[in-house]
Amino acid sequence: MEIKLIGSSSPHIRSDETTQKLMLDVIIALTPALAASIYYFGNKAMILVLASVASAVVTEYLCQKFMNRPVTVTDLSAVVTGILLAFNLPAEAPWWIAVVGSAFAIGIVKQVYGGIGFNFLNPALGARAFLMASWPHHLSGGFIDPAIDAVASATPLSIIKGAASGQLPSIWDMVIGNIPGVIGETSTILLLAGGIYLIYTGTIKWIIPVFYIGTVAALALVFDAGNLPYHILGGGLMLGAFFMATDYATSPVTDKGKVIYAVGAGILTMFIRKMGGYPEGVSYSILLMNILTPMIDKFVRPHVFGVATGGKKNEK
Amino acid sequence: MSTKLFTFKGGVHPPHSKALTQNVPIEEAPAPELVVIPLSQHIGAPCDPLVAVGETVKVGQKIGDSKAFVSVPVHSSVSGTVKKIEQRPVPGGTKVNCIIIENDGKYDVHESVQPKGDLENLSREDILSIIREAGMAGMGGATFPTHVKLSPPPDKPIDTLLVNGSECEPYLTADHRIMLEMPELVLLGTKAIKKALGAGKAYICIEDNKPDAIKTLVEVVGNEEGIEVVSLKAKYPQGDEKRLINAVTGRVVPSGGLPMEVACVVENVGTVATIGNAIKTGMPCVQRVVTVTGSAVETPKNLLVRLGTLFKDCIDMCGGYKEEPGKIISGGPMMGIAQYTDEVPVIKGTSGILVLNKKEAEVPEPSNCILCGKCVDACPVNLMPYKISRFSLLRNFDGADEYHATDCIECGACSYVCPAKRPLKESISVAKKEILTRRKKAK
Repeated sequence: MEIKLIGSSSPHIRSDETTQKLMLDVIIALTPALAASIYYFGNKAMILVLASVASAVVTEYLCQKFMNRPVTVTDLSAVVTGILLAFNLPAEAPWWIAVVGSAFAIGIVKQVYGGIGFNFLNPALGARAFLMASWPHHLSGGFIDPAIDAVASATPLSIIKGAASGQLPSIWDMVIGNIPGVIGETSTILLLAGGIYLIYTGTIKWIIPVFYIGTVAALALVFDAGNLPYHILGGGLMLGAFFMATDYATSPVTDKGKVIYAVGAGILTMFIRKMGGYPEGVSYSILLMNILTPMIDKFVRPHVFGVATGGKKNEK
Repeated sequence: MSTKLFTFKGGVHPPHSKALTQNVPIEEAPAPELVVIPLSQHIGAPCDPLVAVGETVKVGQKIGDSKAFVSVPVHSSVSGTVKKIEQRPVPGGTKVNCIIIENDGKYDVHESVQPKGDLENLSREDILSIIREAGMAGMGGATFPTHVKLSPPPDKPIDTLLVNGSECEPYLTADHRIMLEMPELVLLGTKAIKKALGAGKAYICIEDNKPDAIKTLVEVVGNEEGIEVVSLKAKYPQGDEKRLINAVTGRVVPSGGLPMEVACVVENVGTVATIGNAIKTGMPCVQRVVTVTGSAVETPKNLLVRLGTLFKDCIDMCGGYKEEPGKIISGGPMMGIAQYTDEVPVIKGTSGILVLNKKEAEVPEPSNCILCGKCVDACPVNLMPYKISRFSLLRNFDGADEYHATDCIECGACSYVCPAKRPLKESISVAKKEILTRRKKAK
């Protein structure tokens, strides 16, 4: 029998994991928090998420068409960016803020640098910083307090900061998300559930969230023990620690590198909260650590098996 | 036997896919009319033919040998007439000189094939000579001449022999069946090698997905002094010799070094059983157990094949192709070599013939590296495969060298886990080859 055979290098089998499946897991993990945002903030949240996702996907498609690159919108990474950007907006933000933000996230932060895997900043956070600089009143105001269903200017951390006046919500409201804030950050418990799902499915490792939140908790205990629960449950720490700081392309690949990155982000977050001009600080601290990531990956390398390290060889 | 489960850091868990053949007893395959016996089935100098066209040969007769130390002789696997001596394709992807013998179907055994007597009466030199004369080369796939491995320089004494029955490659069950069906030969071979090395300790190492083999060998080994059966966690690539040494003894073979640097020798269990047979019956390495398997094989089997039998004859003995084959692999799916024809012979290192169907054989389209780091976690040598691959694709081989590309064992775990389906192992192999060639030139 004349047969035609495929010749290729080993291995001849591949795991069934794909970029698309990983991104789908992130979307699944974000779903409970997404449901909470719609529950607390209603149609406004839904419109922001839809506008943001649509803008992200369309921008990715257009950029890739324009740059003659293969169109990869089916890998779902643009959808994740769209959801995360919307999650970083106050409920009162106009829909076009979401559209402009997502277009910036995908077009400038991601595609200009080469697309997925080549961006040096988390696209959603990069876009958030851009929006914050361009339309600060849309980003740092317009929070809705779901408890009274009215616009409230103050988030719990801005009250602690003394930047706004008001009554701090109860811890329980912080946990379930019945507080003013950007639409995706409020429900600690549902973000945590999504984060645990990501760790359980092996999509992310536990190292970054645990060391990030742990560092914030430890520093809060030392410098602001009275407000410890608010530092951990508020200010988007859960959203940042599980979903933004763990972005593959912008966080270190090695375990040791991840520890350095997460502890650094924790220190910066508390530094901004206690000494800086913003009441929170999660997004800027992650962005700063994003910039350090290539450096960390350059210097923190795993110890290659069997390579001598100054006389330590075969010690065990 | 200790109940401890040994393992190593890193690695992956591909589906075992062994159910197709793990419970199928070894079946002796009749040799075809023509066998094609390569004069080079091992690493080292190829053999010169000792027979001429037209001569008659018998089973076990030496038909090729070399004066070089790093080489082993080859023997006829059938009785019959030498028809041709010519270049033929072999599973390594090249063409080598082969002796083509017409099988007379009588299987007359050559006079030189005589039992070697009790192990007690054999000296270290006797054992090494038997092993060399039997044409022994590592049957796990690497085919390094066994007598060379068992002759370390005097300043590198060996205290531990590890008999490698991990068989961590998916699909393959040849070693599993050898351990189940020929445990006495495994034990005899182990004792012989241990004696030849003067090693105080021998471990027979088996992955825990073969509990029946562990049980059988524990029974057969009994209270044999200095021999222990150990179970290993089933994880790929546990069977890599440096992983095995590390898992069982905790020792770390230095980068670029051989197991003897840490006083160890690792031998594949199939090699060990064949050595046992060479001592017991005097029959050299003329047959081996081959797992013929995969979705495109009608009835997957473990065949006891006479060396020189073509892959297509083996597949025919398993009912032929079930569907159009997409890829024929010599060895397992993780490290095996894809063939361009099914007319290559089974040689000493052919542990399996894996036939994948068209769909399974498709090479996935790679996409951007997303820096997930899964390759870094999977690498049993703790390399950063994505970085070395990136350097290699940019032809920056100095960069690849700086990231220890030459320490890669080419197990393929990185490519296996990569969600972006990047050709990680492939590009690292390219870098490795390039770096080693440059180093040689620089000398």
